[in-house]
Amino acid sequence: MSALSVEQWAQKVKENDRKAAAKLISAIERKEKIARDILKQLFVPVGKTTVLGVTGSAGAGKSCLVSCLISAFRKRGKTVAVIAVDPSSPFTGGAFLGDRLRMQVHGRDKGVYIRSMASRGYLGGLARGTVDAMRVMEAMGHDIVIVETVGTGQDEIDVARLVQTCILVLTPTMGDDIQAMKAGIMEVAQIAILNKADMPGKEKAILDLEVALRMRPTAADGWSVPVVPTVATTEEGIDEVVGHIENHQAHIRQGDGMKKFAFQKAEKEGSVLIKDEIERVIFDHIRGTGLRRKYLEKIVAGEIDPYTAVEEVMSLFIKKSAKGV
Amino acid sequence: MSKAKENKDRKIKVLVSKVGLDGHDRGAKVICSLLKEAGMEVVYLGMYQMPKDVIDAAIDEDADVIGPSFLSGEHLVYTPLLVEEMKKAGLDDVLLIAGGVIPAEDIPTLKEMGVKEVFTAGSLTEPIIKYIRNNVRR
Repeated sequence: MSALSVEQWAQKVKENDRKAAAKLISAIERKEKIARDILKQLFVPVGKTTVLGVTGSAGAGKSCLVSCLISAFRKRGKTVAVIAVDPSSPFTGGAFLGDRLRMQVHGRDKGVYIRSMASRGYLGGLARGTVDAMRVMEAMGHDIVIVETVGTGQDEIDVARLVQTCILVLTPTMGDDIQAMKAGIMEVAQIAILNKADMPGKEKAILDLEVALRMRPTAADGWSVPVVPTVATTEEGIDEVVGHIENHQAHIRQGDGMKKFAFQKAEKEGSVLIKDEIERVIFDHIRGTGLRRKYLEKIVAGEIDPYTAVEEVMSLFIKKSAKGV
Repeated sequence: MSKAKENKDRKIKVLVSKVGLDGHDRGAKVICSLLKEAGMEVVYLGMYQMPKDVIDAAIDEDADVIGPSFLSGEHLVYTPLLVEEMKKAGLDDVLLIAGGVIPAEDIPTLKEMGVKEVFTAGSLTEPIIKYIRNNVRR
């Protein structure tokens, strides 16, 4: 792919060339400059694609549910792309990506594109390049893009700002009504699923969820969150989930809903890009200067506190950039 | 971006899979864990995969290494099919290595077919990791 020009590579992605798309996502993960240049060409402010998020704790059945959703959408004639994020080890940087295994029945279907991504230390349940990978899949022309988050738990809420319809997956073992009342992940979903509904405790869990959801003020856009029991292994409840997805999509596509969503997404994406860029520029400036090591040693020796150290590094950086170095 | 930074970010992605009618995946799972511990990103496809499914997944995942695991004695049947699918897909720079319970006399045949290296039961971790690091595309 590296022999291709930016325009040629972007064109191949738009023609749904799987290899070109896969190589682009790898370049995104490696933060290569060419990836950003291609992404500039793929940008569409408000696209036609339906973008779904699936979040919830580890082992709740997210990947199995995504597999069911793929089948359901394929039956309705839609093409589907999936980004499945699993955690990277903070110690070795390695990752075991096991989500695809649950979706492998779709391996042969040319209307389905699945990509596993390791989180690579990015918090919030997503991988560093998730937003960019979503853009690649939209450019490939998929009708539906599904993002499955890492599954870390209570405050995995980044995904909610970046997808149109966010689906929260819980199980009868999720805890009591106090858990259901907590802030964070419980607040971001437009659809709540109680998966493994063939396990004991289903009725109590649904009641706890419904009560907790009703205690909140109605969402500003007037959407009320349905609670759907499912059994992903037998596809029970999946059609109902798809019905709610379609309803929510129709709901947000009224009036200027999509414009509002695009604004919210651009706001989130912009702040992430700016933070990344500032970090990159600053670390590029101090790389090889020995400054980092010097400050770390001073902090450990008690000669400086970390707050003052950061202030000093920042003021050095600002002075340097003012001189145009 | 500086070159050093780029190389540091160049994670090795390995696709591990059982192929054919072979449900013994303990070894494959052990290998997945060891490669993860070595800092690699490992996609595990699971059991009963057909060659085309493995290669299609390798394309979508942009895998650097494809590692089928055999315990059923079907390695001589499925390896040529895997190699053929890899050729069709143009995955010339992807490293194909095999593992599992494979008789020593079959190893030269597998290498002729296009497998770059074979690691049988009892292989030590270090040589596997070293082999991948030294032979993977850059």
